[in-house]
Amino acid sequence: MSLDLILQAIVTGILLGGVYSLICVGLTLTFGVMRIINFAHGEFLMIAMYGTYFFSQTFKLEPYAAVIVTLPGLFVLGVLIFHTLIRPILGAEPLNQMLLLVGVSLVLQNGALALFSPDTRSVQSALLYSKIELGEVIISMPRLIAFAVSIAITLALYWQLRFTELGRRIRAAASDRETAALMGINVNRVNLIAFGIGVGCLGIAGPIMMPVYYIVPNIGTFFILIAFVVVVLGGIGNFMGALLASFIVAIAESLGALFMPGSTAPVLPFLLFVLVLLLKPEGLFAGRPQ
Amino acid sequence: MSLLVVEGLTKTFGGLRAVSNVSFAVEPGAIVGLIGPNGAGKTTTFSLMSGFQRPTAGDVFFMDERITGLSPDAICLRGLTRTFQIMQSFPKLTTLQNVMIGAYARHTTVTAARRHAMDIMSRLAMVERAQELARNLTLADLKRLEIAKALATSPRVLLLDEVVSGLTPTEVDELVVLIRSIRDDGVTIVMIEHVMQAVMALSDMIVVLHHGEKIFEGVPQDAVKDPRVVEAYLGEELLLA
Amino acid sequence: MSVRALLTALVAGVVLLGLPRFLGEHHMHVIIQILLFAYLSLCWNILGGFAGQLSFGHALFMAAGAYTSTLLLLHAGISPWIGMIAGGVIAAALGLFIGYLSFRYGIKGTYFALVTLAFTEIARIVALNTPAIGGALGLYIPIQTDDFWHLKFIQKSHYYYVALAFLLVALAVNAWLERSAFGHRLVAIRENEDAAQALGINLLRYKLQATALSAFLTALGGTLFAHYVTFIDPHTLLNMNMALELTIYAIIGGVGTLWGPVLGALFLVPLAEGVRAAFGQSYAGIHLVIYGAVLIGVILFAPDGFIGVLRSIRELRPRRAPAAQSSEARS
Repeated sequence: MSLDLILQAIVTGILLGGVYSLICVGLTLTFGVMRIINFAHGEFLMIAMYGTYFFSQTFKLEPYAAVIVTLPGLFVLGVLIFHTLIRPILGAEPLNQMLLLVGVSLVLQNGALALFSPDTRSVQSALLYSKIELGEVIISMPRLIAFAVSIAITLALYWQLRFTELGRRIRAAASDRETAALMGINVNRVNLIAFGIGVGCLGIAGPIMMPVYYIVPNIGTFFILIAFVVVVLGGIGNFMGALLASFIVAIAESLGALFMPGSTAPVLPFLLFVLVLLLKPEGLFAGRPQ
Repeated sequence: MSLLVVEGLTKTFGGLRAVSNVSFAVEPGAIVGLIGPNGAGKTTTFSLMSGFQRPTAGDVFFMDERITGLSPDAICLRGLTRTFQIMQSFPKLTTLQNVMIGAYARHTTVTAARRHAMDIMSRLAMVERAQELARNLTLADLKRLEIAKALATSPRVLLLDEVVSGLTPTEVDELVVLIRSIRDDGVTIVMIEHVMQAVMALSDMIVVLHHGEKIFEGVPQDAVKDPRVVEAYLGEELLLA
Repeated sequence: MSVRALLTALVAGVVLLGLPRFLGEHHMHVIIQILLFAYLSLCWNILGGFAGQLSFGHALFMAAGAYTSTLLLLHAGISPWIGMIAGGVIAAALGLFIGYLSFRYGIKGTYFALVTLAFTEIARIVALNTPAIGGALGLYIPIQTDDFWHLKFIQKSHYYYVALAFLLVALAVNAWLERSAFGHRLVAIRENEDAAQALGINLLRYKLQATALSAFLTALGGTLFAHYVTFIDPHTLLNMNMALELTIYAIIGGVGTLWGPVLGALFLVPLAEGVRAAFGQSYAGIHLVIYGAVLIGVILFAPDGFIGVLRSIRELRPRRAPAAQSSEARS
C-alpha cells in the first residue's frame, strides 16, 4: 500500500467531504425547523441531479449552468412541501412527521423510477477529464469545483446564520419556537424560509455533483443514510459538527475503499456509525438543545 | 433503624449546584415534608432518590441497602415509588389500566393485577372513573391517579411530589385524609409540597431546602419560627389556606 | 365470546377454508400476498405497535430467515420447517444485538428507526459482496417437488393454507399481547417510558424481549416468502423499499391494534396489484408511489390509521347508557 495511494485517498476524501458538508448542513437547517431528520432530503438531491441532467441535455449546456434552474426550483419545492405537507403536522408526534417524509420519499423515489427508468445517467462536461496534478496526487477538476463551491456556500450559510438578522431569527425559531414567537418573530415564515434554504442547498449540490456521479432514481437512499451518519457523528442540530463530521466520514469512506474488498467500501460509514453507537452514544445527543 | 437515609446528596449540572450536600433520615411510618422555595432542588432530590438521576456525590440507603445509581424500576421493585410533579400518566389508557400497570410490579397475572388495582381505586374513591381515559380526567382526578398508580406498586416508601398543588381547599382536605390513611396502612411517606395547609397537617418532620442546601430539619411548629426558613420564604407566597 | 362473535368466526372460517375452490391462480396469488404481508406486519406490530419502537429493520429479520433456511436447504438438505427455526434464532440474535446497542442508552423514536435502517443497509452491502450466500446474483430454490416437508407446492392453494395458518398464529400472538401482563407492560413503555420505569418496568428487558419475539416471527415469514417466490437476493429483500414497505401496512391499518395490520394489507396489496396491472409490469417499486401517497394521506388526515377511523365512526353513533360503554376499554 503505497503512501501515494493513501495520500490520493485522503485528498479525494477531503474533496468529497466538501460536498457532503453542503448536503448535511442543508439537512441540519431542516432539522432545526422540524426537529427530525428530513427523510426525503436524499430525494430532493436526486431531483436536483435529474434536473441538472435534463437541463444540460436539453439545452446542450454545461451542467453547472443548470443551477439557475435547480437552485430556485429546489427552494420553491422545499417551500411548497413545507407549506402543504409539513406545517400542518409540526405539532404531531415526531414519528408521524418522519413517516410523512417517508411517504414523500417513497413517492419521489419511485415516481422517478417510473418516469426515468432505473438506467444510470451521467452528464457531459468540458471539464470532465481535466485535472490538476500535485506530485503523485491527481485532483480531478469536477471534484475540485464541487469542493470549492460546496465550501463557499457552506461558509456563506454559516456567516448568514451567525451574523444576519434572518440567520438570528432562524436560530431562535430552531432553538425555542414559543419564545421566538413571543419575541415577535414570525415563526411560520422563518421556518418556511429556513426549510427552503435547507432544500435549496441541494439545488446547488445537484449541478456540481452531476459531473462527479452518475444518477439513478434510488441515489437518494445512499445520501440520506450518509447524511444521517454525518449528523449523528457531528451532533444532531450542530452546524459546525455536521461540517467536521462530513470530512471525517468522507475520508473514512475514501480510505476504506483502499483497504476493503470488492465493493464493500460503502459499508464503512455505517460501521463508523455502529462504532459511535458502541463507544460514544452521546454522539446522538450532543448539540441537541435541552 | 432508619428506613430511608439520604447522605451528602449532591447534584451539579454544568456549573449549577441543584442539590448540595443534603442529608436526612426517614423513620418507618413517618410522614416527612420536603419544602422550600421554587428552585430549591426538591424535585431533583426526589429524582436522585428514585434513580431517575445519578448524584454527583452522596448516597441513598433504603432498608440498609445502598441504592444509589440503581435504575428507577429496580428501586421501585425494592419498595420505593415516586410520583411526578408534572403528572405522568398513560393518557390513552383507562384509569383502571393505568393503575394496573402499577399493580404489575407485584402481581404477575392480569386477573390479580386487576383485582389489586380495583382495590386501590376503591380506597381512593375512583371506581366510577375506572373506564375513563386518563387524558379526559380532571386535575384533581389526575392527582389521585398519580397516587393510585404509585400505591398499586405496594411500596414501603412513597415519594409524593406536589400532589395537592392546584387543588381547591376541599380537595386538599380530602387528600390529606387519604394520605394519612395511606400512612396508617404502613406506608412511609416523603412529600414535596407548597401547600402549607397540607404540610402542617400531615408532617411529623420537615426538611427545608433552599438553593439546593438543607437549611432546617425538625418539627413543623419549629419550622415556621426558624429565622432561616422565614427568610428563605420572604417574597414567596406562603399558602396558609 | 359472544354468540355474535362466534357466528362471525364460524362464517369467516368457512369462507376462508373454501376460498381456493372459487378463485383462479392469479387471484390466489394476490390473496397469498395479502396473507404474507398481513403476517409480516403483525410480526412488526409486536415491536413497532405494542412496544412503540418504530423499526425499519424488519427487512433484515425477514432476510435472515429467508437466507438461513435457504442455505441450510441448499447445502445440507434441511427442511425449511426446521430451517426457519434456525433463521428465527439468528434473526432474534440480530434483533437483540441491534436492540441492546440502541436501547441501553435510551435511543428511541426516530433515531432508533434510523439505526435499524443503517443496519439493514450494512447487511445489504455485505450480502451483495458475499458470494458464499449468493452475492448479487441471489439464491434459487430449485426444488421441483410438490412436498409439504420442503414447503414447495404446485398448487397455490397449498401455499394459501400455510400462509393462512401463519396469519392465525400471528393474530393469536397479537391477541395475547392485548390481554397479557407482558403486552400491557409494552404498551406502558410505549405510552410513557418515565411513568413505566417509575412503576417498576425495566425498559431494556421488555424492549429486548419484544424485539426478539418480533424478529423471530418475522424470520419465519421470510422463509415462507422465500419458498413461495423461490428466489431471494439482497436487492429484493434488503433494499430500503422493502424496509419501508413492511412498516406501512400496520401504520396505514392502525399501529398497535389487532386488525390494523390485516386491514392495511387487505387494502394495499390489491391496490399494488392494480397498479402493476395498469402499468404493465414495468419497474418494480411503482406501487410504492401509491403506498407513499396513501401514507402521506393517512398521516395528514387519519394518523391512527383505518382502525382509528372506524373507531371515530363508532363514537359518533348515538350513545346508550354510560354503563354500556365499558366494552370499549379492554382491561
